[in-house]
Amino acid sequence: MNAQEGAVGAMERIAKKIAPHSLSPNLKDYDKESRAFSWEGARGQLDGLPDGSLNIAYEAVDRHLLKGRADKVAIRWLSKSGSRKDITYGQLAEDTDRFARLLTNLGLNPGDRVFSMLGRVPELYIAALGTLKAGMVFSPLFSAFGPEPVKTRLIIGEAACLITSAPLYRRKIASIRNELPKLEHVLIIDPGEDELPEGLHGLPALLSQTEADFQTVATDPEDMALLHFTSGTTGTPKGAVHVHAAVIAHHVTGQYALDLHEDDIYWCTADPGWVTGMSYGIIAPLTNATTMIVNEAEFDVDQWYDVLEKERVSVWYTAPTAIRMLMKAGKERLEGRDLSHLRFMSSVGEPLNPEAVVWSDEAFGMPFHDNWWQTETGGIMIANYASMDVKPGSMGKPLPGIEAAIVDNRNGNVTVLEEPNEIGELALRTGWPSIMRAYLNNPEKFEKCFVGEWYLTGDLAVQDEDGYFWFVGRADDVIKSAGHLIGPFEVESSLIEHPGVAEAGVIGIPDERMGEVVKAYVTLNSGFQWSEELRKELIGFARKRLGPAVAPREIEVRNTLPKTRSGKIMRRLLKARELGLPEGDISTLESDES
Amino acid sequence: MDADDLRIIVCEEILNIAPEAELDGLDPQEDLRDALDLDSMDMLNIITALHERLGVDIPEANAGEFVTLRGAVEFLKSELA
Repeated sequence: MNAQEGAVGAMERIAKKIAPHSLSPNLKDYDKESRAFSWEGARGQLDGLPDGSLNIAYEAVDRHLLKGRADKVAIRWLSKSGSRKDITYGQLAEDTDRFARLLTNLGLNPGDRVFSMLGRVPELYIAALGTLKAGMVFSPLFSAFGPEPVKTRLIIGEAACLITSAPLYRRKIASIRNELPKLEHVLIIDPGEDELPEGLHGLPALLSQTEADFQTVATDPEDMALLHFTSGTTGTPKGAVHVHAAVIAHHVTGQYALDLHEDDIYWCTADPGWVTGMSYGIIAPLTNATTMIVNEAEFDVDQWYDVLEKERVSVWYTAPTAIRMLMKAGKERLEGRDLSHLRFMSSVGEPLNPEAVVWSDEAFGMPFHDNWWQTETGGIMIANYASMDVKPGSMGKPLPGIEAAIVDNRNGNVTVLEEPNEIGELALRTGWPSIMRAYLNNPEKFEKCFVGEWYLTGDLAVQDEDGYFWFVGRADDVIKSAGHLIGPFEVESSLIEHPGVAEAGVIGIPDERMGEVVKAYVTLNSGFQWSEELRKELIGFARKRLGPAVAPREIEVRNTLPKTRSGKIMRRLLKARELGLPEGDISTLESDES
Repeated sequence: MDADDLRIIVCEEILNIAPEAELDGLDPQEDLRDALDLDSMDMLNIITALHERLGVDIPEANAGEFVTLRGAVEFLKSELA
C-alpha cells in the first residue's frame, strides 16, 4: 500500500538558517550525533547516587545545589489570579525534602503509590519530586477527570496516598472514597477553616510540623518511579510503569528535541496529569537546570502571549489543539509584542497539521517542531530538530539512540518494510531507558505490545525517502482528543450504566481544533423513548461520571448497532459511515445497524 | 433585553452543553470552568451557541470575559445595547 498522493510532503520544506548570533543547537548535525550517541554516554551526564543508584528527584533538584545553583529560579509559578511566585532550586530541595519526610512519617514505604489530583499549583510539583525522593511511586491524575476515571485509576494503581484540593475532593473523590479501602491517606492542600472529615489531613498543618531533613532514597535505576495511565480500545485503562532510569532519556531528549540549555526560560503548557507534563513539564527542564514556567490558568490567547512576552520564554512546548486556536485567533494578536527571546517552539500530542507549521513560521518567524512519542515510550522518540529542515506535517526523525521502523505486523510476525512511503505500523527497537517496564498487573496486554525486539506503537505511519516519518492513523479504535487518548470502552461502559441505554458504540469524529471529539451511538432499553430530554440526560450522565475531557459531546440513537459474530460492536463501521468513507472488509459483520 | 433575560439565556446555553451543571447557587463571579467543570471546548461551544442565538459577535479576544456568568451577561448587554 502506498501513502495517498499528496499526503506526504505536500508543503514546501522549511529550511533552517541558524542566525550567527543565536545559541548553537545542542544537536548540530543529526547524522553525526546519531552515529556518536550511546546511552552509556547519556547516563554520564547525570550524577547518580553511590553504588550505581539513580533517583529522578536527585538529578532534577539536589545535584544542582552542589553546582552553585541554589539561588537560581527552578519554577516560576503564575497563578490564575495573576500573582507570581518563584521557587529556587534551593527552596525546591527543602520543600521536597520536607514532603518526603512527611510521607515517611505517615508510615508510607518506598514503592507505595502516591497519587495527585490537582491543578497546576506548586504543591503538585513539590509532591511529585518529594514522592520520588522518598523512593515512592508518583501517579498524577488529570483534574478534569470525573469520579469514574479517577476511581478506576486509583484502584488499578493501588493508591496508598492522594494529594488533592478541597473542591476537587468534594466534587470527585468524596462519592467514591468508601470504594477505595487501600487509600490510607488523603492530603488536602487548602483545608480552610472548617474541620476536615475523618480520614483527611490538612497538608499545610502537617508540613508545618515536619522537618526538612531527608536523605534522598538511593533507588535502583530499575525501581518503579512513575505510573501513567493510558487508554486502549478494550478493557480498563492501563498503568504504564516507568523507572528511575527513565531520567536518562528525559534529560538527553530535552537537550536534543527541545534544545534545552541551562539559561533557557522554558514553558511546557502540558498538564502534569498527562505524561508530557511530567516528563517535559517537570523532569527534563529541571535536570537541565532551566527556569521553567508553570501557568495555572487554562488556555487563553492573550494570556498565553502575555506569558511568552513578559516571562521572556525562550523555549516553548505546546500542543496542536492550542496552536490551532492561536491560528484561528489570527496573527494580529501578536502585533506589537516583543518575542525576540523566543528561540525554539515544539509541539506534541497529535500530528501538527502542515498548515499550522507554515502559519507558525510566518507568525513567529520560526516553525513549530512537531515530535512524536507515547505514554509507553516515556520520552520523545521522533522529532524535528533545531538544526534540521522541517517538512511541514512530518514528525521528523528518530532521536539519537532510537531506531524506528515501519513494519508489517501480521499475527505476531513482524516484517520491516524497507521501501519508502509504504504504510505500516510504527515500531521501535527496544533498549532505551524510558520504555515502560510493565502495564501494572496486566502482563498479557504488556506482552502484546512487543514482538521480538520491536515495541509496536499501534500507530500507522510511513517513512519517506529522506528518512522523515509521517503519521497516518491509529491501528485501533482509540480516540485522540486534544492530544489525549480516550478508550472507547471506558466511555461505553459508563453510558450503559444508565438504565435507558442497552448498548453503546463510541468513536472519534474529526474536529478542526481538538483533532477528534467523542461521539456515541446508543440503543435503548424497552420502555425508553428517544427525545431531546433523554439525549441531554445521557450527556449530563456521562459528563458527571467521566468529566468533560472524556465524555461524549454528541450522542445519537440507533435501533441496533453493527456487530460481529462474536457480538463485538464494529466501531470502525460506525466511523466509516459517519464520515462517508469506504466500509472496508465487512465479512465479520453479523448484524447490521438500523 | 435586560440582564435577567440574558442571564436566563446564558444559563440555558450552558445547560445545552453541560446538562449536568448545577446552576443553583452559582457564584456569578466564579470561573465557570472551575465551578461547573467545563473545559475549553465547552466554553467555545457555549460562545458559538450564544452567537447563533443572539447574533452577537464574540471575538476570541473577549472569550476571557466569558469565564464568569456576570462577565458574560455584561458583555452581551453592552453589545446588544
